[in-house]
Amino acid sequence: MTTLTREPEQPEHAESLELDRVTIKFAGDSGDGMQLAGTQFTNTSAVLGNDIATFPDIPAEIRAPQGSLPGVSGFQISFSSSHIYTPGDAPDVLVAMNPAALKTNIADLPRGGILVVNEDEFNETNLKKAAYKSNPLEDGSLSSYRVFRVPVTTLTARALKDSGLTAVQIDRCKNMYTLGLMFWMYSRPLETTLHWIGEKFGKNPPVAEANKLALKSGYYFGETTEMFATHYHVPKAKTKPGLYRNITGNEATALGWLTASKLAGRPLFYGSYPITPASDVLHELARFKRFGVKTFQAEDEIAAIGSAIGAAFGGSLGLTGTSGPGLALKSEAIGLAVMVELPLVIMNVQRGGPSTGLPTKTEQSDLLQAMFGRNGESPVGLVAPATVSDCFYMAIEAWRFAIKYRTPVIFLSDGYLGNGSEPWLVPDFDSLPKMDPNFASDPATFQPYARDPQTLARPWAIPGTPGLEHRIGGLEKADITGNVNYEAANHNKMVHLRAEKIERMVQDVPDIEVSGEESGGLLVIGWGSTYGAITTAVQRARAQGKRVSSAHIRYINPFPANLGDVLKRYDQVLMPEMNLGQMRLLLRGKYLVDVIGLNKVSGRPFTIAEIEAKITEMVG
Amino acid sequence: MVTATREESPLPVLSRKDFVTDQEVRWCPGCGDYSILAQTQKVMPELGVARENIVFISGIGCSSRLPYYMNTFGFHSIHGRAPTIASGLKASRPELSVWVITGDGDALSIGGNHILHVLRRNMDIQIILHNNEIYGLTKGQYSPTSELGKRTKSSPYGTIDAPLHPLSVAIGAEATFVARSLDNDAHHLASMLLRAHEHRGTSFVEVYQNCNIFNDGAFKDFTAKEVRADRMLFLEHGKPMIFGKEKDKGLRINAMKMEVVQLGNGITESDLLVHDETREDPSIAFLLSRMDYPEYPVPVGVIRAVRRPTYDELMTQQIDLAIATEGEGDLREIFLEGDTWTVE
Repeated sequence: MTTLTREPEQPEHAESLELDRVTIKFAGDSGDGMQLAGTQFTNTSAVLGNDIATFPDIPAEIRAPQGSLPGVSGFQISFSSSHIYTPGDAPDVLVAMNPAALKTNIADLPRGGILVVNEDEFNETNLKKAAYKSNPLEDGSLSSYRVFRVPVTTLTARALKDSGLTAVQIDRCKNMYTLGLMFWMYSRPLETTLHWIGEKFGKNPPVAEANKLALKSGYYFGETTEMFATHYHVPKAKTKPGLYRNITGNEATALGWLTASKLAGRPLFYGSYPITPASDVLHELARFKRFGVKTFQAEDEIAAIGSAIGAAFGGSLGLTGTSGPGLALKSEAIGLAVMVELPLVIMNVQRGGPSTGLPTKTEQSDLLQAMFGRNGESPVGLVAPATVSDCFYMAIEAWRFAIKYRTPVIFLSDGYLGNGSEPWLVPDFDSLPKMDPNFASDPATFQPYARDPQTLARPWAIPGTPGLEHRIGGLEKADITGNVNYEAANHNKMVHLRAEKIERMVQDVPDIEVSGEESGGLLVIGWGSTYGAITTAVQRARAQGKRVSSAHIRYINPFPANLGDVLKRYDQVLMPEMNLGQMRLLLRGKYLVDVIGLNKVSGRPFTIAEIEAKITEMVG
Repeated sequence: MVTATREESPLPVLSRKDFVTDQEVRWCPGCGDYSILAQTQKVMPELGVARENIVFISGIGCSSRLPYYMNTFGFHSIHGRAPTIASGLKASRPELSVWVITGDGDALSIGGNHILHVLRRNMDIQIILHNNEIYGLTKGQYSPTSELGKRTKSSPYGTIDAPLHPLSVAIGAEATFVARSLDNDAHHLASMLLRAHEHRGTSFVEVYQNCNIFNDGAFKDFTAKEVRADRMLFLEHGKPMIFGKEKDKGLRINAMKMEVVQLGNGITESDLLVHDETREDPSIAFLLSRMDYPEYPVPVGVIRAVRRPTYDELMTQQIDLAIATEGEGDLREIFLEGDTWTVE
């Protein structure tokens, strides 16, 4: 995968090697600013034209004791000169800011990998906190890696001794020093980060100057010291032409909500209760006041969805967002929205469960909860984005279904997508199809539960419309009039109507597309955030001549109309998912196809290698 | 906003009948809810609000059936959650007149959390709490306002949990409008509903409501017409706190406690507390909220009415200010936030 090309024009002491793809893991204490260093490396690489994918690995504790194992915070970035779909299985380079960061991450670094350590932190106290019996820098246990021992703490302090900052403030600049060194190692310019520091610390010039100086000092250290014999160069990727920015899945989702509001011409109301990893969407939307976006930080998850239902009743785009345990709390209210048939979108950025589970880790184990987790027969629409960029488009799709069919729709993302980032081809708003809220207005023909013959949607009749005064609620509704009705035949009819309405959404669901063979061999089918790993694994298998195809389900309820036919065309079907087989259960149940599962519930995404191994096991 | 509508096109003259629906009322004959419904329908034409701009939202329980009988927009939601739906509606549509109909179990038990927060936010809505001190719809279990030791189907040996004082809870939750009325005083009840509507902010009105099936006569010891004057205190703003058939008893504060005094023998009206519903400090309102019969006369009327910015108006202001200072949002500008690059 690495093509080595010497660049003779480099006048420096170090030779420059060209690489196709590099994956770096920054790891340190929660207070070491690793997320920040990682994000800056990402932005610079993106601006440079590499394709990128990132994966932050955040501890559940905000500030676990300094130097401790639970306090380690990581950020993995993969950057490449060709198209990539994942942040890399294993890092090529591990940057470990203390012994705890080394201990928690070294197992992922392949033999021969580059290890950059801040040797100043390998003192007795920190080694003890990381449960090292001897110093790994001294005891030979790292002999199979290319170890670079850099006294980052000392060098940062020396570089900033005239900055006028306190010792603590200087210590906080270590991440910029390290980042500067990595920028040199991978031939990245400093401008993007220097500009960012200026903006971030604009109100505090001494701190801004110190961070800039630390960054440059790290860079010059790489350039001048003879420690590094080589530095590397990853050329631009050949990607689809256009204007790009870097974006996380949660940011893309938030922009999707905002865009849907513009496309529908209705104000967005977001009711939410803070929960990891969904809170970033609340933070994003709270900034959009000038768009008329109303965010309501509710007292709990139930109030959050209640407020969204109230806003939907009033004609806004009523949206609520949460993560796994929060979805459980919202269940009863989702049932209410099913009964009153109002447009409503529920975002669930899944995390490890059950219960509080693993708040900062990723999983796909809320699928069945989203499908069925309510009392009574209460079907809802269900969509799941496949990639970071897809979060934007599927957020708009969720609204398109909710508005057209007057129904709750669940948007099922996960922590891996939400926190991960990739380059985003900035969309052209004018090319996105508009949505029509189509409010009822004519008192002469109005019936609260009369239905559109094609979609079975009932009218959206909002308060303030003269002559349309009517009552809705959670009790069973009489067909057409919407009055309370407990009669057997009516209930039977209404249950079927609500189910059929969701089934009819299939007329707006695009067919699933297969990449690879028309039929025969193995089909690897996924849903949600496994797209990148599956796609890459299948591409590699095909490059080896294996008869393997891939497809990805983005519309889950209803499924695409052709899904059953597609599944039956292949000799074997494999479903990798981050749960114990929830989608497999749905596919087997609906299509009677013997889908094989590859299931991972470690709180971490699939590696490409894991899927490749399973493919090899199945097709040889 | 409501007045703006009124100026643009004069409202049609409506009567109580215009607010009656075609739905058969299904409360037990003799239930106090009939009277509350009648007064609610009666005051609607007096609000100066177009009928289509009025919304009644309820939770679950006998009282929560009320929206079905109001010819306005209505939403009979799920247990305890009416304040959340009302909050989302009012925050997104501040021009609407939003009423929450709830009961002692709905508001103070399953929906307790929401009541606290809607009050502290001061969302401009009316909350009418029908308090019958029992669970009626589920056929007779004790409620969070049932008196200690009460024997019910679910407490055959008597309850062992202390009851809440709804108005004390409201005051503790920073309520700006707190009032109490009773189902069998039509005139007083109607005036409290109107006052609740006039108040800008969350109006919290507790209505003593008789459940003649499961808790008959819960309030009759002090609300019965023949004893009412001696056992209840009808609060009036700016007036001394006097009660009794002969208007010969009053209230004053002694050692930080309410004290009932007999006028005469040197005690005059000037020694009594003068009711000031606009007092910012909630201490006296709190003392009033905890006056139970027989130790005290039971106060009804507006206990507290203070002005504080409402959530919905502050939310609107923030948006208006953001648009005025930052300009109206431009989607493309947001799309391009951060570092961008062009691939040729």
